[in-house]
Amino acid sequence: MQFGIFTVSDITTDPTTHQTPTEHERIMATVAIAKKAEEVGLDVFALGEHHNPPFFSSSPTTTLAYIAAQTDRILLSTSTTLITTNDPVKIAEDFAMLQHLSNGRTDVMMGRGNTGPVYPWFGKDIRDGIPLAIENYALLHRLWREDYVDWQGKYRTPLQGFQSTPRPLDGVPPFVWHGSIRSPEIAEQAAYYGDGFFANNIFWPKEHYMRLIGYYRQRFEHYGHGTADQAIVGLGGQAFMRRNSQDAIDEFRPYFDNAPVYGHGPSLEDFTEQTPLTVGSPQQVIDRYASMREHFGDYQRQLFLMDHAGLPLKTVLEQLDILGEEVVPVLRKEFATNRPEHVPDGPTHASLLAAARAAEAREEVLS
Amino acid sequence: MTQRTLAVLTAGLSQPSSTRLLADRLSAAVVGRLAETGVETSVEVIDVRELAHDVTNNLLTGFPSPALERAIDSIAASDGLIAVTPIFTTSYSGLFKSFIDVIDPTALTDLPVLIAATGGTERHSLALDYAIRPLFAYLHAVVMPTAVYAASSDWGAGSAPGASGLTERVERAAGELAASVAESGRSSRVLDPFALPAGFNPAG
Repeated sequence: MQFGIFTVSDITTDPTTHQTPTEHERIMATVAIAKKAEEVGLDVFALGEHHNPPFFSSSPTTTLAYIAAQTDRILLSTSTTLITTNDPVKIAEDFAMLQHLSNGRTDVMMGRGNTGPVYPWFGKDIRDGIPLAIENYALLHRLWREDYVDWQGKYRTPLQGFQSTPRPLDGVPPFVWHGSIRSPEIAEQAAYYGDGFFANNIFWPKEHYMRLIGYYRQRFEHYGHGTADQAIVGLGGQAFMRRNSQDAIDEFRPYFDNAPVYGHGPSLEDFTEQTPLTVGSPQQVIDRYASMREHFGDYQRQLFLMDHAGLPLKTVLEQLDILGEEVVPVLRKEFATNRPEHVPDGPTHASLLAAARAAEAREEVLS
Repeated sequence: MTQRTLAVLTAGLSQPSSTRLLADRLSAAVVGRLAETGVETSVEVIDVRELAHDVTNNLLTGFPSPALERAIDSIAASDGLIAVTPIFTTSYSGLFKSFIDVIDPTALTDLPVLIAATGGTERHSLALDYAIRPLFAYLHAVVMPTAVYAASSDWGAGSAPGASGLTERVERAAGELAASVAESGRSSRVLDPFALPAGFNPAG
């Protein structure tokens, strides 16, 4: 089981001090947050991609490579990489490069993006969102697995004898997750390839995602990648903690009330009841998230959103201390209890390389 | 006895509300017509006023509260809908439209709908035909030919034939909706939320 954090890279005014970090401050804060995540023992740091203010993260592999150079262990991922508007050739190149520089500590989560104007800014049509995700990923999948690719599709210029470089580290492509909020087509795509499926889970009630993940698990088995409970599932989450739960509520409320996305809408009380957002003591967060496996089955990756809505860096680092030192160690134990042997752990470069070597060995025996 | 479900959406803001009064009269008339033909109808009344905060929250967060989700589901799975709004500033009320806006745009396809409205004067009655009828046409609902408008003065008119026409219009509209509801199979349909579009191939 992998635990980590994901960030959307928003630059938001702190509603309690009315201070807004500069882009540079927020970018350097994000690097500090990623390094802290490794320091407190988390497994994954994932960064979003946006092409409009108030977000800074237009170039995730640049940021992640810089973080890779200053860390040793943490796995670097995205939340998400826009499979619709990016050129799949450039995704293949950028993430293979990051994979080499990070010594295999790279995976990637594909998403379609929900900011309408990004499509036309990159010469695409939002009405083609699903077909773009399908065609672009089919090409990316081949570029990482075939040395020379002849290809023709609808949305980019054809390729003749094209080789994407660098080739994936040890011949093992970065593991791919597909993120989706409501489209069964994307769950179907993840199942078809035997890739991971990530349910953002933070803005909507869990019942919605339970149905979507149930569908993905069923289709994963249908396509012959293993049993439904071996499908690779990731979940988002969100927490704010203080020793006393009332202190956590009091401190977080102004950030919640003014947050991008859900601010000025439902009350903190309604939202924490209806979504996985948990504001309270570390034990409350443990209890809430330990129960996730009862709803979603044993899963592979849990990411928390910890740094948005204008929370100052100092607070975020304190939250990561609590998460890494008090919450995650207990959750690791909880999730390991009665976890069936045949349920895989979250994929890493080492596990994928071992699986590839084992498959090669089997082929040699057969031939 | 044949079973059908009827949803009644009423968007009046005051309590008691003349919009609710009109909705209740239409609903009783439809249930009565169906009973005459041996159809037993269960009625689900959705008073948008009670869901006003939930509707706003859904617009902001993108998901419905459990109570709002139940209301939307009961409309989507009904055999017929009576939709009644007050006319504000030449059109449906903002709250009525916001409620419609948080429903999946495909959820009302084929749904028989009786549209009705209330207003202070008769002069706004055409709003039913230039605003509310096109709204439901866009959603691919089947709007009954007779729409019912009740101005304040209609409530003071007698019920003798020809006195105000409201009673006759209610009965005519109810007859149209009852006939469509009787034939509807919507409430017994089972929908697959994960149905993929025809011809979809995950490999492209």
